[in-house]
Amino acid sequence: MSKSYRDGLPISPEKFVDQLMRLKRGSIGRRDFLGLTGLGIATAVMAREIGIMPTPAFAAENLGDRMSIATWPNYHDPQTFENFKKDTGVAVEVNVFGSNEEMLAKLQAGASGWSLFVPTNYTISTYKKLGIIEPLDMAKLPNFDGTQEDPRFTSEGTIDKVIYAVPKNWGTTGFAVNTKKLTKPMTSWKEFWDTAMAEGDGRTMVHDYQLTTIGNALKYYGYSFNSLKQDELAKAEELLLKVKPHLFAVSSDYQPGMRAGDAWMTMCWTNDGAQLHRDIPEIAYVLGKEGGEIWTDFYAIPKDAPNKPAGYALLNYLMNPQVAVKEHLANGAPSTDARVNKLLPKEVLDNPILYPAADLLTPLEFGAAATLTDPGRAELMARFKSA
Amino acid sequence: MHGNRFRHNFLTALLLAPATAWLVVFLVLPFIAIAIFSVGERAPEGGYQAAFTFAQYANLPARATAFWNTMVLAPVGALACLLVAYPVAYYLALRAPARWRLILLALVVIPFWTSLLMRTYAWMYILGGRGIPALLAFVGIEDVRLINTPGAVLLGIVYGYLPLMILPIYVSLERLDRRLLEASADLGATPLSTFVGVTLKLSLPGVMTGFSLVMILLLGEYLIPTLLGGGKVFFIGNALVDLFLQSRNWPFGSAIAITLVAVSVVVLIAANRISTRVSGARRVDLI
Repeated sequence: MSKSYRDGLPISPEKFVDQLMRLKRGSIGRRDFLGLTGLGIATAVMAREIGIMPTPAFAAENLGDRMSIATWPNYHDPQTFENFKKDTGVAVEVNVFGSNEEMLAKLQAGASGWSLFVPTNYTISTYKKLGIIEPLDMAKLPNFDGTQEDPRFTSEGTIDKVIYAVPKNWGTTGFAVNTKKLTKPMTSWKEFWDTAMAEGDGRTMVHDYQLTTIGNALKYYGYSFNSLKQDELAKAEELLLKVKPHLFAVSSDYQPGMRAGDAWMTMCWTNDGAQLHRDIPEIAYVLGKEGGEIWTDFYAIPKDAPNKPAGYALLNYLMNPQVAVKEHLANGAPSTDARVNKLLPKEVLDNPILYPAADLLTPLEFGAAATLTDPGRAELMARFKSA
Repeated sequence: MHGNRFRHNFLTALLLAPATAWLVVFLVLPFIAIAIFSVGERAPEGGYQAAFTFAQYANLPARATAFWNTMVLAPVGALACLLVAYPVAYYLALRAPARWRLILLALVVIPFWTSLLMRTYAWMYILGGRGIPALLAFVGIEDVRLINTPGAVLLGIVYGYLPLMILPIYVSLERLDRRLLEASADLGATPLSTFVGVTLKLSLPGVMTGFSLVMILLLGEYLIPTLLGGGKVFFIGNALVDLFLQSRNWPFGSAIAITLVAVSVVVLIAANRISTRVSGARRVDLI
């Protein structure tokens, strides 16, 4: 866990300069803005020069000197990639994304340049169908031990008995509340949306992400998070349009607003909730009692990966429990791997943000593949955003 | 003689070749690709599949709000920019001491050396809770929200595009024949009527150039509304980003892009016409 996660600064001076140099070198993508404006630590470009000689463990295959990974903001311990470079000589470039749709769009367009990426459970079947991810060669991943994984979180990585993706961590989608500003205790999505139009007027954020924003609006009425039914979506749309003028922002990049005190309440993923609460104790993380989303993020390798050997090497490295435990301490999301859980300190395993009570977990739903490609939900989101 | 002309033509072609190649590769070919996409269909998992249909164009009303927001933002933003830029350009061209003029002009241009992204990002922190609102809280005014308001978006637009407005107005004022101002005063005109009847009128070509330049860039703007407006106000640029990067509806995105290009061309031609009319016979070269 680097210090910069803790000190509350959105971005450290070194990271800022790193970013600046990167933007100067290359084109500026939308995600770069969000990475920058976001949690800062989001994107790290490692030194480009060729590192130390490969260790014998990796000497068998030529790993090259660089690779690129696509992942989520604040999702890794930056030290992980520096250590990997020390061990293998491969510099890792980290690209940060805000939605699965965006990752899919990039891979569909081709030449993403990634040798490893971090898709969420419900997208893997679509990637497989489109033939853009690689069936994993498990011989190259000796550090992965399927018997130690919790099957509740890992099943969607395997399709027709072929493993396409291995899990990184799981988590939930709830909301974060600044309890100093919004003192009334909240336990449900109904209260989230109602408060957004009352005490939280002008101070509430929802994700720029159809799955969670529409899904959690559906939960207001108790419908399924994944619903594709016309009448249910129409009700969700009605609510969203009613709430829209009261919102602070429609953005998946909510940590800066919450940290600065501009936003008082936001839809929030486990890992961000844990980070916010750790740094600002009055920010609480709430799971709606009606349900909502539970998710697992996986590692997968694109078929057109420019440096597959390095992609496998990094994936194997990340599956080492000693490495993974540091990742979990940094990003705050719970692990799927029993070996990692054994290494985590007790206060982490007792943290209710990471490990909610069973009665809160039970009603949660995994995202459904159909929502990713459904044009109806995409158009609903567009109508909401343009209203 | 004949050989000479041939050589001349050949040289012309040779000199034009790089620019032509550039335009063909980066403008004409992509435009053709977008035009083809725009009559296609969205593939079931997103992207493009071949078809010949005008369904995407028929669907344009689905983004009517985004078009409308843009049609309001672009002229209002350009107008706000103009109101701030004109006095600055006027001072630079007619009032500033000659030895300072170059330095002041450089100061107008220097911010352009930093990317618009970085400068807008800076505004996010100035307007955000740890910026001006924190200062206000220090003097007892609590919970002021500046970021993610229409005012913040307008501020970002004026700030970002100001040099593009100042420079053309400066150029047209700088060329102004000072004797006309003296003549106007000698003939008894008040300073105000001299300004309206002479200075403003003769600087209109610069005003129209700056106005159309800023307005056309604003038609495709999405960064400032996203960063300073909290993504709550949806412009056509935001619609395009979402259609390509989120819902992966390339054909619909292409149809919107083609429509936006058509609208921009109409705006340019209209600005050119108006400018020619109000400033007499003097043509302004916009295109």
